[in-house]
Parts: sequence; structure tokens; C-alpha cells
Amino acid sequence: MKIHEYQAKAILASFGVDIPKGELATTPEEAKRAAQRIGGSVWVVKAQVHAGGRGKGGGIKVCRSLDEVFAKAQAMLGNKLVTPQTGPQGKLVRKVYVEEGLDIARELYLGLILDRETRKIVLMASSEGGMEIEEVAARSPEKILKEYIDFLVGIQPFHIRNICFGLGLEGEVAKKAHRFIEGVYRAFVEKDASLVEINPLVVTKEGGFLALDAKMNFDDNALYRHKDVLELRDFDEEEPLEVQASKYDLSYIKLDGDIGNLVNGAGLAMATMDIIKYFGGEPANFLDVGGSADREKVRAAFEIILADKPKAILVNIFGGIMKCDIIADGIVEAAKNVKLDVPLVVRLQGTNVELGRKILAESGLPIIPAETMKEAAEKVVKAARGEIRP
Amino acid sequence: MAIFLDETARVLVQGITGSAGSFHTRQMVQYGTKVVAGVTPGKGGTQLDGIPVFNTVREAVKETGANATAIFVPAPFCKDAMLEAIDAGIKLIVCITEGVPVLDMLAVKPIADREGVRLIGPNCPGIISPGKAKIGIMPGHIHMPGHVGVVSRSGTLTYEAVDQLTKLGIGQSTCIGIGGDPIQGTGFIECLEAFEADNDTEAVVLIGEIGGQQEEKAAEWISKKMTKPVVAFIAGQTAPPGRRMGHAGAIIAGGKGTAKEKIECLKAHGIEVAPTPADIGITMARVLKKV
Repeated sequence: MKIHEYQAKAILASFGVDIPKGELATTPEEAKRAAQRIGGSVWVVKAQVHAGGRGKGGGIKVCRSLDEVFAKAQAMLGNKLVTPQTGPQGKLVRKVYVEEGLDIARELYLGLILDRETRKIVLMASSEGGMEIEEVAARSPEKILKEYIDFLVGIQPFHIRNICFGLGLEGEVAKKAHRFIEGVYRAFVEKDASLVEINPLVVTKEGGFLALDAKMNFDDNALYRHKDVLELRDFDEEEPLEVQASKYDLSYIKLDGDIGNLVNGAGLAMATMDIIKYFGGEPANFLDVGGSADREKVRAAFEIILADKPKAILVNIFGGIMKCDIIADGIVEAAKNVKLDVPLVVRLQGTNVELGRKILAESGLPIIPAETMKEAAEKVVKAARGEIRP
Repeated sequence: MAIFLDETARVLVQGITGSAGSFHTRQMVQYGTKVVAGVTPGKGGTQLDGIPVFNTVREAVKETGANATAIFVPAPFCKDAMLEAIDAGIKLIVCITEGVPVLDMLAVKPIADREGVRLIGPNCPGIISPGKAKIGIMPGHIHMPGHVGVVSRSGTLTYEAVDQLTKLGIGQSTCIGIGGDPIQGTGFIECLEAFEADNDTEAVVLIGEIGGQQEEKAAEWISKKMTKPVVAFIAGQTAPPGRRMGHAGAIIAGGKGTAKEKIECLKAHGIEVAPTPADIGITMARVLKKV
């Protein structure tokens, strides 16, 4: 799960990590009043959307007067922000974060992420703050410092010393860095984060050490034990069909093609998308109904797929433990309820397969049966082009 | 022979009284697996089809000599269940449950390693040595005893591959679903090592997916250490970056872990890669003819 910058900063601050003074605003008036309360003579107005690269898209503006804060907030709020990560359609800005401007001496990078191969938590730091870390990694990997932390033992002082000396931090700033890094690590493990990224992390001319930007993602599997984090979920930032799917515990991702898919199992669902593409089609979605799909789930899945207006739908079910006749019943009932008006290619395999196919054949629905995955993929691509009909 | 599991395993089911636990216990028994005990705290003294249920794993092991466990308890209790099984001296743990937090696995995995425990999963279909025993949720009837090992990060896609093999008359020695999570008890290389050492296995099907570097590491290991042929398939060629494709571990992050990279890497190491998921069986049949 993703959260906004202002939310990530609030979490980090609760672990003793220094952040600039800031306030959230949903109107230009609020933004101006926030700037007044924050004080000073320079402010930064930052669009709050779940996408990186905001600066490049005009979503981060430095302002030197309260009127400018008002104007920049007005320009962002209610408009779409296009960044390298949002795609050309952009993202609607509903909130801005107003922050005090800082006198920056150095911009650094700090990140924490799981390393699957070593099964350790990696603390990454770089003197090249403010840039995409992938770019730095590609261009000058030697500039990225990495410390591998064993979760059972936790972060040790030497990890932080290695980072501080590596970044050339000394004296009071190094002391602040110790407290900062410890706080970020504690936030990562205590909140079950999957990623924490502070980019840039700044050293100010007065010797401050603060998170100027902050990104936190969380392990979805651990959200049950973090109700406070779960409350930060912003449904406005998510694809509406994906939100609907998550209510039914369906794993759904909207894609750009025109062939809808309903599959049981994530691996088989990915493989089904792949084989559609192999035969020249474009999948409209990824949809895993899970191992225990009942009628209700199958119906919800059909509604979601149809809402995306596909030209044809492929159902690919390997009913191992689940019986094919029960799945076929579910498909027939769901298809009748949702007024199916596009060709449906159904491939069923597994227990009671003959009975399942019989139920589909006698249903009167516009179903094109297929026996193998290959046959199913070829047929659905042709059906989407109008080359074959049920 | 087979790897990790054979007919001598004395299996315990943690979470035996739950709906998934009881259903799959019956399926496992029907397949011929020796399920000797169940554990559900608070239900000790009861039975499921004559299988005694205990309150603790320690008690179940003491009374029945169980040496393997299938875990069906809900995700929030899996860390505890795995550690309890390790503590009780169980040496083969198969965790079926989906949704175990990554940090829980970061705690359990090193302890399992230290205690010499073979941990499979979580978020996996389990393991089956056809004709001998199964610990998991895969449909037994699609399998056939034989000499091809199968190792996969997926569930139903593995059934698809096994079904293709069986229909072509190619039996399997052992099929293992290692699970779709970022941190797994057992990875590809450990399975490949075991298949390489197993006299009963002549070739291996490896089914990978997007995310991580496991397939690349496996490719390198195969080219250096494996004498038996391997046929691979990688799911997720059309998966968009940055999106979790159902499995917690199936995500292209920071431009890394794409299917294209993995397929190129496998091919560069001389491994046959099936072009579509429908060609896994046929590709293996062709490779076996050459041997």
C-alpha cells in the first residue's frame, strides 16, 4: 500500500525523524493561511499524489510571498498533474502540502528496502540526493552506499557509522544523522514497511538534518496489524475498478488491451495474459479469482471485467480441487445476471470437466468452448477481432 | 526415490479443524499420505476421521511420531505455527497459507536454516511425490509417477504444466510449489540441487515468474552444476512494471525482475524456455527424446 508524502512524514516524525514544518491544504485559502502559520519568507507548495517525479511535472513550487503560495496552490488543486510516473493522463491533485523553505547545503539520498537474495534489509545512501536512485545506480553505482541489516539483530551503530563516514558527515550533523537513520529503520520495521525512501534528505546551512521528501510503501500482508496505517489508504488515488475488486478479495489490475481475463491463480493468470499476447491479442486486465471462487466472486469478477468494455472475454480455470461443474454453474449464473454481450471463450480443466462443459453447452450463453490453453487463447483473439462467433 | 517427501513421512496438520485444513487433510489421506495427527489449540482430545487432534505440536510429535507438518492456520498465526513446529523438532514444514508478512518470514527463515528444517512456502500449493504422498492442496489425480521433477513459484500454473506432462505420458518424481512470496523457505536452487542428486529424476521443469533474481541465480547454477536437462517457463511477459501481480513476490521493481531479462538469461545459460505456457509439456517431451 502506498501513502502520501505528508502522511509518510508524519509517521517518520513520530519516530524522531526531523521534518520541515508543514501543513496540508485542500484550497488556495487554506494553503495561504498554512504558510502564514508556518512563518518565514519562503515556502514550498507540493502536490500530494501517489506518483514520483512531481518536480518535473510542476507539482513542486517554491514561493516567495503568501500571494504566490495562493496562486501556486490554486494552479495545482483540481487540476491534473502529469509526471514521468503518472502516464499521459496524469493524476488529479486534491491536496497540497505547504512547507517552510530551507537553506540547503547538501542533498542526500536514504532508502530502506528488502533484499530478497540476501534476505536482509538494505540501508542505501548516496551523496547524489534529489535524483532518481535508479539513474545513479546505472551511471555511478560506486556512489551508492549499502549496508545489509539482519532483521533478527537489527540495525547496529557500525552500519550508521559506515554510512556517515561514507557520506562525509561529521560532528553535530553526524550525531543528528545517527538519530535520524535509527528512527527511519525503526519506522520501517515497526510499521512493516516494504520501502522507505527519503530523497532528498537535506543538510541545511544551519546544520539541520531533515527529510525534505518522504515515500513509504507497506507490506499489504501486514496491514492487519497496523490499523493506523490502513486508515491512511486514499481510495481517490486508486483505479476505481481495482478498489471494487479488492472489496471482493479479487486480485485485479486494469491494463490497456481489449481481451478480458478471468483466471484462478496468479501464475496462471499472468501466463494467460502472456499467451493472449503471443497470439496477437492484448489483455485488458489481470484477474485472479483465487483458489476458492464462489458464485458471488465469479459474478463480481464478470461485472468488473465487463465495466472495462472488452471485445471478448477468456475464462481459464484449472479446477484442481475445485470442481469444474460448480465453476460452470457460477459462470452461467453470473453471465445471466450481468447481461453478457461479448463473446466468452471458456476453458475448463480438472475434476468433473465433462459435467462442467455440458452445463456451459446447455446454458444458451454466447460461449465458445476450448479444451486447451492454446486453443482458448487463439479463439479469444479471433473472437475479439470478430473472426469467430459463438 | 523422490525429493524431500516420500511414503514414509508421518504428517501432522496444523489448523486441521479449519475448513481448508479439514478438507485438504481428507484429500491428503485419500491420496495415501500418512496423516497421523492434527493440532488446533483448544481442540485437543477430539478427532477428525479418526485422526487425533492435539493442543500443541510438541504433544502431537510425542504421541504420534509426526515428522512433517502442513500449515493451514490463518496468516497472522503462521509465524507462531512455523516456530512451534521447528521447536518440536519437525524437519519438513509445508506452509500453505497465503498472506504471511515479509518480516515474519525474515524471522522464521534463518531459524529454520539453523535447525536444519526444510521449510516449503508460505503461499504455496505444497509438495507431491506422485504415487507416494502429498502435503498440500494440489489435485492428486493429475499427477503420474515418473522421472521429471517440477519446481515452480506458482500454483495453478504448475497444475497446468503437470497436466500437460501427464497427458504426454511423462510422469513426475516430485513436484514442489515454492510459493509466490518474496521470502521463501526453499528456493529454486535448493530444489535443483536435490533433483540433481535424486536417482529417480531425469529432467526438471522450472516455472518462474517476474520479480526478484531467483531465476537468474538458478540459470547460473544450472549451467555450472546441473547435468540433467531443465525446461523453463517464465510467467509475466505482459505484466506492467511496479504492479504486484497477485503474488506478493511478483512485481517488477526499479526496472528489475522482468520476464524478458529472465528468459534471456536462461537461454544464455543454454536452458530451453517454453515459448508459451501451453508448450511446457511438449518442450519437455522434445528434450527427453534427445537425451
